[in-house]
Amino acid sequence: MSVTMTTRQVGDVTVIDAAGRITLGEGSSAFRDTIKDLVTKGDKKILLNLGEVSYIDSSGIGELVSGFTTVSNAGGKLKLLSLTKRVKDLLQITKLYTVFEVFDDEAEGLASYN
Amino acid sequence: MNLRAELLAASFQQETMEKLLDSTLDSVDLADQAAIDFARKVGFDEDDQNSISMAVRECMVNAVAHGNQYNSRKKVYLKLEANPNSLAVTIGDEGNGFDENAVPDPLAQENLLRQSGRGLLLMRAFMDECEHSARTPSGTLVRLVKRLQES
Repeated sequence: MSVTMTTRQVGDVTVIDAAGRITLGEGSSAFRDTIKDLVTKGDKKILLNLGEVSYIDSSGIGELVSGFTTVSNAGGKLKLLSLTKRVKDLLQITKLYTVFEVFDDEAEGLASYN
Repeated sequence: MNLRAELLAASFQQETMEKLLDSTLDSVDLADQAAIDFARKVGFDEDDQNSISMAVRECMVNAVAHGNQYNSRKKVYLKLEANPNSLAVTIGDEGNGFDENAVPDPLAQENLLRQSGRGLLLMRAFMDECEHSARTPSGTLVRLVKRLQES
């Protein structure tokens, strides 16, 4: 299974609910396209919910970083929500914990934009 | 018997398996599944199986995409060895070779936002051994080993 990305608006924050696998190929390009579309539309506060993402490879990590840069360059902020243990471990190994703001609680993540 | 069924059957019956795989992303899935089956046979728990899966996928992607560059004339060599206390995975490509010292340190502050270059880091993090060597006449051979931890 590849990744499915569903977006919803909560106030002025766009929440992306991702589910599945973000890996080289279809999964990572779906992710990239979603971020690009949102940034083109002018969305700047993007909270990416990875709670249902079972697997990310180094290519998927690359897309997360690239998404972070794309949103930051547009003057916005991409933050992460509900990481599984595996994804948390990956962010620790790659030191990306120091780059991303990460939240366990959606309300807290949403409030951080204000 | 198709390749998937053959790999599955081999993983149940044999302690060692060697295969030549196409340079496609499907082969990444095949190698991943076969490695998990072998890992299970050695007795690795789910966490370790996930680690092995991660490392094997990274290594296979390197071989298929970077080494063989999806070239249909080039094959990826896969060897799995189930030992009493460890699993060894050897993956070889037919690319132009690879200098692991030339990979920029993905943990250096200035490289944290680079899009690529983390595969090797993850292989080393998830396995106990990760050795690269040159293949003759061309290409790279990677040997990954995971040992069972005494509980």
